[in-house]
Amino acid sequence: MILLIDLCYRDGSLSRDEFVAPVERLLCRIGVAFVTRHYTAVGAPDLESADAAILCGTALMDTGYTEHPELFRWLLTFERPVLGISSGMRALAAAFGGGVEPCREIGMADVKMLAPDPLFAGQEGFPAYTVHDYAVQVPGEFVALAASDRCVQAIRHRSLPLYGSSSTPRSGTSGSSSGSPGSPVFRARSG
Amino acid sequence: MKLGVLFSGGKDSLFACWKAMQKEEVACLITVVSQNPESYMFHTPNIRLAALQAEAAGLPLVEVETAGEKEEELLDLKRALLAARDRYGIEGVVTGAILSVYQATRVQRVCRELGLWCFNPLWLADQEAYMEELIDSGFRVVIAGVFSSPFDESWLGREIDRRTLGELRVIAKKYQVTLTGEGGELETFVVDAPFFAQRIAIEEASKVYRNYNGVLRIERAGLVAK
Repeated sequence: MILLIDLCYRDGSLSRDEFVAPVERLLCRIGVAFVTRHYTAVGAPDLESADAAILCGTALMDTGYTEHPELFRWLLTFERPVLGISSGMRALAAAFGGGVEPCREIGMADVKMLAPDPLFAGQEGFPAYTVHDYAVQVPGEFVALAASDRCVQAIRHRSLPLYGSSSTPRSGTSGSSSGSPGSPVFRARSG
Repeated sequence: MKLGVLFSGGKDSLFACWKAMQKEEVACLITVVSQNPESYMFHTPNIRLAALQAEAAGLPLVEVETAGEKEEELLDLKRALLAARDRYGIEGVVTGAILSVYQATRVQRVCRELGLWCFNPLWLADQEAYMEELIDSGFRVVIAGVFSSPFDESWLGREIDRRTLGELRVIAKKYQVTLTGEGGELETFVVDAPFFAQRIAIEEASKVYRNYNGVLRIERAGLVAK
């Protein structure tokens, strides 16, 4: 079962349909069981029963989740597959001490792979729809997997199956679907 | 949060408006009227009737004209959003974008420049579920423009009801087009919505059509009790 985490400004917010529902539909389509929780409501039973977790994105102006780092500390000991999408990547990196630096990208970006990884198998690069104000500074325990000509676009923990991607599943339409939660690799790793 | 809805009078912007009303406060509708029929961003048939739809919804309308030159129309969009922010104190903008990265990117950029939130509640929507919900919720939508085969003159003015939706499903499958017309195959005009206090009655309309390209020009319309 995948724990899908809504990082938007409020539980049941107007942003939910844009950032959480598309991932839910994707998981339904591929037949993966999931439960969705707002980041403020993730409890110990949710974490214990999850085989994997996905941290969803938020609107560009929506950074409320960054004010509650204590709500993401569980990532340090989760040790099962995690995919942080967009703001989710920022939350994942922050939990491991990664900061951010200004990098505004709104629109299509050419993303190039920097290191091989099964999640992006067979791709040297792909176009991705990116909407962000900040780039993640790669924490010491992570490696940069992909980058645009301006900033890092995907990261992976050096020894654990923890991934971050700056583009959301929406960019599945533009060729980066292998990095999405529908990816066979992510499914395999998430049990 | 006070929001302004980018409003074309078609089903997507009105449905997005309805979604926004369920979660936040919609303070105004915002329409950019393009003089350029080729505008990718703003042109829709019958955009002048947005004022009548706003009246039906009981919402103020911020209307800005644009010549529709490719990137300059973004300055006009910015002008419209600024006016909405100044007049109605909006903190964010709602769009009916479903798949268009071109449109979504441009609106996101202008919103960011102005420090406004941007909401796209239909983004990557399940098109089948969306069209079902549109009809079930009480939206009454007519086809006001056709721009590709196999949509001929007979489609102009048709209401999107269950029967029409069934035909659209067949066409979407056969011709590999979107069920919602998001690819520009169809334009729509909403005559009634769950949040309209009155509905719109089309009193006089004419069709301009040639070779799978046409519009329903609504010459005269008024508000009537529901």
